[in-house]
Amino acid sequence: MQAELQDIVHFYQRFPPFDELPDEAVSELAQATEIAYFRAHQDVLKHGDPIQDLYVIRSGAVETYRRNGDLYNRLSEGDVFGQMGLLMNRRVRFPVHTMEDTLLYCIPADLFNQLCDRFEDFSEFFEIEGSSLLRNTLSNQADNNDLTTVKISALIQREAITLECSASVTAAAQLMTEHQASSILVTDPDQPISSDPDDDDGQVVGILTDRDLRMRVLAEQRSSDTPVAEVMSTDMVLIDDNAYVFEAMLTMLRHNLHHLPVVHRRRPVGVIAMSDIVQHESQSSLLLVRSIFAQQSLEDLTQVAKQLPAVFVRMVKEDANSHMIGSAMAVIGRSFKQKLLEMAEAELGPPPLPYCFLALGSMARDEQLIVTDQDNAIILDDRFDEEHHGEYFAKLATFVCDGLNACGYQYCDGDIMATNPEWRLTKTQWQQRFQQWIDEPSPQALLHSSIFFDLDGVWGKTKWAQELQRFIALHSKQNMRFLNYLARNALSRTPPLGFFKGFVMEQDGQHRPSINLKRRGTAPLSDVIRVHALAVGSRAQNSFERLDDIIRAKILPPEKGQDLSDALEYIAMVRIRYQAIDIEQGDVPDNNIEPELLSAFERRNLKEAFQVLDRAQAFLKFRYHSSNKPGIR
Amino acid sequence: MSQSWTERFQALEIHSQDVRLQRFYGAGCVGGDTEIAATPFVALDFETTGLDARQDAIVSIGLVPFSLQRVFLRDACEWLVKPEQPLQEESVVVHGITHSEVRSAPDLDRIVAPLLDAMAGKVVVVHHQRIEREFLNQALLERLNEGIEFPLIDTMELEQRALRARQGLVGRLLKRPLGSLRLGDCRQRYSLPFYSPHHALTDAIATAELLLAQVAYQYRPDTPVSELWC
Repeated sequence: MQAELQDIVHFYQRFPPFDELPDEAVSELAQATEIAYFRAHQDVLKHGDPIQDLYVIRSGAVETYRRNGDLYNRLSEGDVFGQMGLLMNRRVRFPVHTMEDTLLYCIPADLFNQLCDRFEDFSEFFEIEGSSLLRNTLSNQADNNDLTTVKISALIQREAITLECSASVTAAAQLMTEHQASSILVTDPDQPISSDPDDDDGQVVGILTDRDLRMRVLAEQRSSDTPVAEVMSTDMVLIDDNAYVFEAMLTMLRHNLHHLPVVHRRRPVGVIAMSDIVQHESQSSLLLVRSIFAQQSLEDLTQVAKQLPAVFVRMVKEDANSHMIGSAMAVIGRSFKQKLLEMAEAELGPPPLPYCFLALGSMARDEQLIVTDQDNAIILDDRFDEEHHGEYFAKLATFVCDGLNACGYQYCDGDIMATNPEWRLTKTQWQQRFQQWIDEPSPQALLHSSIFFDLDGVWGKTKWAQELQRFIALHSKQNMRFLNYLARNALSRTPPLGFFKGFVMEQDGQHRPSINLKRRGTAPLSDVIRVHALAVGSRAQNSFERLDDIIRAKILPPEKGQDLSDALEYIAMVRIRYQAIDIEQGDVPDNNIEPELLSAFERRNLKEAFQVLDRAQAFLKFRYHSSNKPGIR
Repeated sequence: MSQSWTERFQALEIHSQDVRLQRFYGAGCVGGDTEIAATPFVALDFETTGLDARQDAIVSIGLVPFSLQRVFLRDACEWLVKPEQPLQEESVVVHGITHSEVRSAPDLDRIVAPLLDAMAGKVVVVHHQRIEREFLNQALLERLNEGIEFPLIDTMELEQRALRARQGLVGRLLKRPLGSLRLGDCRQRYSLPFYSPHHALTDAIATAELLLAQVAYQYRPDTPVSELWC
């Protein structure tokens, strides 16, 4: 007769993915289970051993390791291990060691495979982790979420070698020889760090490399007492020590750097090399960036783009925060643009004039998510002449925008794209355009142009984009009339505060009541933050970085800056999580959530976040009340 | 015992009258010097109407075969048995088997064959040997006019040995308490999970797991099985 295994059935029914299985499948599972016992501190699985079972921890706790011996994961009651070995080549990939006395339920591989075939939810539970590893070209490296949670400061191996800008090139060469360094950071003691004026090290103002010594000193026969300030490069990429390892990695890939100086508020604290982080590098988003650049045809590129949702879901599962996800998605988006521009130039021939391709909106703010359209523009060289050069840039823009659309970045409804001749302007024309928006603002014009106030150079003369950012910051700061109109626009979209009394619903295409978390949450928050950022002359584009500048300028009541940051993070994360759920369920992700899906906890927090936005809008109204009176200090 | 269990089984096979017992003994018994790691086991548990094998009856039987490496649930068995005497109210409370369930259950006679076949060739493991050994012997005596003998590992006995060793001579002289020998309490010492008690099959599984834990802590895989059985 069939034995009853109620205790075992009930155990399985408490834990995913078994809790989703129908009763008869769980009963079958219990029947097939074998039980094994290990006392504390014993090996359960050794690397490379054959593996025939999926293991479920009934009681106790184990640790799993990477091949190099680093701890990979700690697991306890109800957790599962061995799936990777079963999915790969039936060899143990991650050795397992007990931390406590442990009782294991072992499910034979054949039944595991059958259940995967029969139940989609069951197989998906294992696929997320499994498939990304299968794709991992660096397959001997275990996957790792350290990149998204570890800050650069934890990874600095080398001290930065610095020298004052007045020192001679000989001193520099001697110092570099002594430290066996191929580059050196140059500081200026006369430019103290604003946050710490007593610091006599001064800011980093440049970098001097072997190459500079060769090309600018020896080749030009300069004297050996030439100050380094005269020959150093001032064009350098730095990263803040507060950034995540992940961001450093993306920065290096984006700028094709092998070493990245790390600064704390522009004071040098170290240098990290690609090799320092390369062992961590199995992040699928980084692999995606690499594979974008490796593609040869538009068709291949669109195939690569299909991986984007999986990469997004994976980051969400790794508990990345909205800033990491936003910047990873933005870097990926930029990479598509860069690759498309490279292809366009290969097809159309080299550009007749220098230009800068701009990203606008969420991509420029590093706040891009999975549901996004393309907003872009071009800065042309001032020598631009429509008759001679117009056709080239029109074709270039069409190539890129069509390519982006094919890769899943939909055309912009408002036609804010480089294909629109109105948004292919020369450098001077762009400055005039911004001047006009700032000096003679009209609410109507600003309503459609606020997206231009988040801009970033993606390709070509990216310095022009920075110059434009500086131009905007200088002109908008303290310009109350402009800020006033911008503030008015920032009040046009209100948070859905009828939250508890019944949501303020929007009818989406399928006529289900929902709230749009972008339109009613993150977008108005970004708007509010942009107004304050422009008011204090911040050149940052990212909302969180803008908030740092705003908090430092002390224009908000105490704590309010942090509240805004928390509210933005929370709403963005809810939006991100529900998009990931949509993707996993095979639905088209959108910005809407159906309130009945939210837990009581999420409702409470969302309500609080929306109240922060509401109060921030009230403050904005109060501060930029009239176009004539200066703001209240 | 001067005779080994292997030899004893051979003799019993010849002397036995019942074909089912002949089959059981014919499957043989592992030698006492067999390593635990190479010994096939079967954990056995009876739920009974009382504690006296002569007066009380078996109401359910659970068993599960296992090795030192694994407990094999796919080969687990469980039988309800119709007792000769009506069920006492108090025992119903303990094992939760009701009158109506028992009424439709077969007599033990019909279970003897599958039960002995499941035990054949394996070393029987129980928690508290008196119950299983005496009740089975008595039940067979009544039905087949023949009792049954086999080596048996008693996890309660092993636990008592382990606790005594830990208590030490001083503790024994000071009469320090030994600790509970109930199945659930023994399991707790090895961090084994709680299983709802007094269900024959669950108790058999619980007993099998307890032996694995006891061996992991007190013996080695190559310990001869004769050190464990009695």
